[in-house]
Amino acid sequence: MRQLCKGNVAIVKGAILAGCRAYYGYPITPASEIAEAAAFYFPQVGGTFLQAESEVSAINMVYGASAAGMRVMSASSGPGLSLMQEGISYLAGAELPCVIVDVMRGGPGLGNIGPEQGDYFAMVKGGGHGNYRNIVVAPASVQEMAELTMLAFELADKYRNPAIVLTDGFVGQMMEPLDLQLSELKSPDKPWAVKGTPETRPNVITSIYLETDELEEQQRKMEAKYLRAQQAEPRSELINTDDAEVLLVGYGIVSRILFSTVEALRKEGVKAGLFRPITLWPYPSKSLAEAARKVEKVFVVELSNGQMLEDIRLALDGNVPVDFYGRVGGNVPSVAEIQEHVLARIGAAV
Amino acid sequence: MEAKSTISVDEAEIQTDASTPAVNAGEYEVIHSKSPVFYDLYTRKTELQHQTHYCPGCGHGVVHKLIAEAIEELGLQDKTIIVSPVGCSVFAYYYFDVGNVQVAHGRAPAAATGLKRACPDKVVISYQGDGDLAAIGTAEIIHAANRGEKIAVFFVNNAIYGMTGGQMAPTTLVGQKSTTSPFGRRPGNEGFPIHMAELLAALEAPAYIERVALSDNKNIMKARRAIRKALEIQKNGSGFSFVEILSPCPTIWGKDPVEARRWVLEKMIPAFPLNVFRDRVPEIPSMEVPQRSVEEVLELAAKPEGQNASVQKHAHHFKDVKIKIAGFGGQGVLLLGQLLIEMGMREGLEVSWLPSYGPEMRSGSAHCHVCLSKERIGSPLVSRPDVLVAMNEFSLRKFAPEVVSGGLVLYNSESLPPDFVAPGIQVIPIPAAEMADRLGSTKAANIVMMGALLEETECLDARTALSVLEDKVKKVDLLEVDRQALAAGRLFIDNNAHVGAVSQPDGFA
Repeated sequence: MRQLCKGNVAIVKGAILAGCRAYYGYPITPASEIAEAAAFYFPQVGGTFLQAESEVSAINMVYGASAAGMRVMSASSGPGLSLMQEGISYLAGAELPCVIVDVMRGGPGLGNIGPEQGDYFAMVKGGGHGNYRNIVVAPASVQEMAELTMLAFELADKYRNPAIVLTDGFVGQMMEPLDLQLSELKSPDKPWAVKGTPETRPNVITSIYLETDELEEQQRKMEAKYLRAQQAEPRSELINTDDAEVLLVGYGIVSRILFSTVEALRKEGVKAGLFRPITLWPYPSKSLAEAARKVEKVFVVELSNGQMLEDIRLALDGNVPVDFYGRVGGNVPSVAEIQEHVLARIGAAV
Repeated sequence: MEAKSTISVDEAEIQTDASTPAVNAGEYEVIHSKSPVFYDLYTRKTELQHQTHYCPGCGHGVVHKLIAEAIEELGLQDKTIIVSPVGCSVFAYYYFDVGNVQVAHGRAPAAATGLKRACPDKVVISYQGDGDLAAIGTAEIIHAANRGEKIAVFFVNNAIYGMTGGQMAPTTLVGQKSTTSPFGRRPGNEGFPIHMAELLAALEAPAYIERVALSDNKNIMKARRAIRKALEIQKNGSGFSFVEILSPCPTIWGKDPVEARRWVLEKMIPAFPLNVFRDRVPEIPSMEVPQRSVEEVLELAAKPEGQNASVQKHAHHFKDVKIKIAGFGGQGVLLLGQLLIEMGMREGLEVSWLPSYGPEMRSGSAHCHVCLSKERIGSPLVSRPDVLVAMNEFSLRKFAPEVVSGGLVLYNSESLPPDFVAPGIQVIPIPAAEMADRLGSTKAANIVMMGALLEETECLDARTALSVLEDKVKKVDLLEVDRQALAAGRLFIDNNAHVGAVSQPDGFA
């Protein structure tokens, strides 16, 4: 049944349907509604909600719950994610699955609470210490806030790795119809977990490997699973790309604006298309390269100084000219603004 | 004042412990036996798998033994999880044949919280050293204790950082030399040694807090009882327990094992008095949350007739309408937008609502973006509204220039500001606040504006508005005011607006 829902609240609803029954977090604008909704929903369905003393503690509570085999989550915005990076590195190192939501705001430092996409490097490229990857999904609607949260739980368990739901202040704060079905996902059997039972007594959860060979072996094992994920999990949405001469690329709230920009450009007679990555790691590089094969120019739009841009350049490998348009500081470009930019650039190219 | 050095190598002769029977070399039988809570062979170590990695005389070995024996005696081996910290005891999982989780520096109480909440009927032990617990993990231990987490914390205090080679600990004694306090700990620089047991005893929730020492056999027996008691408390589900164990670190202290024990007795105990600081079952009020099914909690089931039943489909004469609503916080600006999208959704449209959001402080401006569309909505951001509802003059002046040519502005006021111009758009002033006031609640001004909006644009059906109001407004008297406000807004447009239309095609009023 369709119900109106805020993006941040949809995350919690999706988490509950994904079988998540533990939430540990700390409030921060513009992510606080996630903690508030979790505080309301989780205890009513037999789950745990705990407001931790800090994001540092919250992520380590997540570590403990995950070690015990639970589906568990936390959520915050940039400054809180910075504090969680230590824990995320340990989670990845100990191969513990969990879901962490980053409702991005303006940075660096205290920045502001406007929407930004400046945490791309920190979330997609790692951010904590050591050789590891985060699985990262990027919802662009309230419906996807729920659905991709559910997917994040599945991928986290499938690869025994933290999964990040990377979104922004606008998608978190906006309301749209949400259509959910009562089909709860089940947390898979986790024979590796430590549950205080005779069967799990031999298990140990750790990320320390003092012997260099042992640590290398562990990392090779992780690399292998990352490779599997890179082959199996990239997801993207393509709109009007078949005949596109100009390809716009953006994720999250930007992809929504680009959707409208494509419409507007087509009205102007410009054959524009949209490529929207849904997973940011693994990045849908192959689909992007394919979609960009026949276009004259790729326009990357981000609420950042050009972070995803690097992945796009890598994917396109110099085969297509790439133009970048970024707004930062909590400013969000309008459709007209991007349209004008595209028209000016393709005009200049002629 | 210069701090006096309190560390010095004792010159007293080494005495044989009275409780150890004197034996002659070669005449005694060595019995290798240990608690079954330890692995037979420490296969997680790469070498010397029959012995621990702890130095001779180190307190960790003793504490490990006491914990293992307590687990064994209480029959807890199959239900125990030990959280090992960072420091020399990072490898506690080499030895304890229980569930093991190794965590980041200082975070053991947080991880133990997550484990215990996941496994409430199991026994969770947080094993920590002084740097771990009393420096980097201060917040974690205080808050775990304050929540009364039903875990047992064993805090090994040896006044030094052992594993990393002898740096200062938060519990390093005044004047004690370390590699990072080479002139001795100077309270004026590093502060005084921190007393964790006393600090935690200031909290309400902990059930049991005791400080013990591994200085001599008598005190070790006390430590043994304290560790057992802490586990018993957890076995009974009574609450948080904390045992601080003053412990020797002969290698870093530069002493032999016997001297090191004596140093615990003579130097550490005076600085960290042994005591039971707390021993009572805390009274924690039970405040249960009522349990419901997922379907119920997430409101997944179809609602009874009336609620959310799609009102007879309105013939929408547009592809999409973009609306911006702006005013002061408290004028129902955001709510008006939410009501509109609820209506749109019930009429089968695609809808989106995006608020301006800010610090939750008073007297700020608020606005929201509303999109109603027959097709998938791209940008939920309304940069060029078709309709602006301006609840105050500031919003009128700020947002009217964004309205598309031929667009509409509904302005909450008797009249337009004399100097206000808006070329190419229609601006209708509506004294909504006064009208709502007369109906009994100024709060209904937004509903007056909604009536006017529906009547002027016909973007949504007024019957849908009524059904949404009936579902959303729970107070009967307020609902009646809203009904009248909706009607009044519509009537105002019918009666006045077209007569008093204010904006000419050239934009000049």
